[in-house]
Amino acid sequence: MIRDQDYVMDLSKVAGVKDIFKNPDIAHLFIHHHKVVASHLVPGLDVQVDEEKDHVKVKVNVAKGTVIAQPVHMCFGMMPKEGVQRLVMDVRIEEKSQVGILAHCAFPNAVKVQHEMDAVITIGEGASYSYFERHIHGASGGVTVLPHAKIHLLQGAKFRSEFELLKGRAGCIDIDYETTCEKRSVLEMIARINAKEDDHITIRETGHLNGDYSRGVLTSRVAVRDQARADVYNKLTASGSYARGHVDCTEIIQDNGRVSATPIVEVSNPRAHITHEASLGSVDSKQLQTLMARGLTENEATDLIIQGLLS
Amino acid sequence: MGILEISKLSLSLNGKKILRNVTMDIWKGHIHAIVGPNGAGKSTLASAIMGLEGYRDIQGTITFNGTLLNDLSIDERARLGITFGWQEPARYEGLLVRDFLGAPAKNIDERILSSCLSQVGLNPSEYLDRAVDKTLSGGERKKVELASILAMDPALILLDEPDSGIDVATLEKMFEVIQQLKNKGTTILLITHSLAVLRQADHAFLLCHGEILEKAVAEKIIPYFEQNCIPCPHKNEPREEVNLS
Repeated sequence: MIRDQDYVMDLSKVAGVKDIFKNPDIAHLFIHHHKVVASHLVPGLDVQVDEEKDHVKVKVNVAKGTVIAQPVHMCFGMMPKEGVQRLVMDVRIEEKSQVGILAHCAFPNAVKVQHEMDAVITIGEGASYSYFERHIHGASGGVTVLPHAKIHLLQGAKFRSEFELLKGRAGCIDIDYETTCEKRSVLEMIARINAKEDDHITIRETGHLNGDYSRGVLTSRVAVRDQARADVYNKLTASGSYARGHVDCTEIIQDNGRVSATPIVEVSNPRAHITHEASLGSVDSKQLQTLMARGLTENEATDLIIQGLLS
Repeated sequence: MGILEISKLSLSLNGKKILRNVTMDIWKGHIHAIVGPNGAGKSTLASAIMGLEGYRDIQGTITFNGTLLNDLSIDERARLGITFGWQEPARYEGLLVRDFLGAPAKNIDERILSSCLSQVGLNPSEYLDRAVDKTLSGGERKKVELASILAMDPALILLDEPDSGIDVATLEKMFEVIQQLKNKGTTILLITHSLAVLRQADHAFLLCHGEILEKAVAEKIIPYFEQNCIPCPHKNEPREEVNLS
């Protein structure tokens, strides 16, 4: 019988966060499969968890005006080779509060694992919420990752999300985030993924700049090699006066990889402005040749350029 | 004997002959310049020496320290000790200056990287952890590129239009570094149409319409170039032999 404590040790080791337990100012929540195996809260942060048979509900609330100085560590994952982890999250960041979450999603042994997250996130007036999600996968690619979120930014709220998978096999990833922004709110969503073999990446990020003076940037950085495939669908709409937005997608391919980018920008207010740029294809020739002129082989130079792009 | 020997080099691009029967020797530890008006073929010649993409299909021979370069890739030439500084250096999203400078050698000591940055006038504590991206100005990128060349410590440096896009102070710093490199025995080949850059050279080759019209000490080429090539009176079409005597 594997004890909860063993899962905590395993997950924290894989995520590289063993030291967080020493600091009482750092809140954490560890969920293995559908069970909370460790948690520690700090003042102003409330977390309610319902463990169900086929999913786990997590309700996070940051009280009005609370500023949580240290990032909150959330570690989700499964150590077995097979299984499904389904998270249903309800996150409320109340007015004028600030919090950052570092989410570590660890599936180091996965052969046939599915990780689902359905989140509803509300960020109150003048509040700030950042969510950094780092995936740590094994070498088999047997992970299906389905993070879906609806995010609502109230007046003056700020939201920043980063999704990162740089080590191990991506497997199948299908990100679907949709954000609505009220007046003077600020949205930034970034995805950085390194895919290889037969990995398949789909990124759907949508931002609706409905409020006056709202701002949004959607950024995707994807590198594919072998037979991997990536499809990026970024959509930014602006209906608020003086709303400003930018969509930025760079995808690098090697070998027999395949990438696509479908940026949609939609403006329905003559005072709003949105731009987009996309770059798809091989590594830039001048970048490559510069490094080769310093003695790196083509493969070494390509790896370094991709490492920078995804960093 | 030259460290770099080019013999009867010709190169056509898109069916147009750019370099015509170029023969030249570059001497070890000296600063040389290839000077000529726009379109003369200077950058093409430097690109062919480095073996850049699109400039490999040459006639004639390029030999470096006795090794024939014609069939060698860029990185193979670099590992022999040749490198290239671009007129407009590349930008790298997310790649830190420390990783860019340290790329040629694994586990390079940070003190060496810092020293290279200091030599080009950049404060290491301010620049080592910056990205080589659009947040750096053109002049800063030129300096970072030069620092990366210093970190590589090559035997032969090809610098294409080193004064392009930089201010006077940066240019002075660059000239200082070029002279320091020469003093330690590095061979430098400057590609330029600038008199200020030409004045840094010991020897110069006057290139016009893809041909070497003259080779001499730089101080002899300078007045001719100044009087006859700025502006180019015959749109880069050579009409007469040069007589520097």
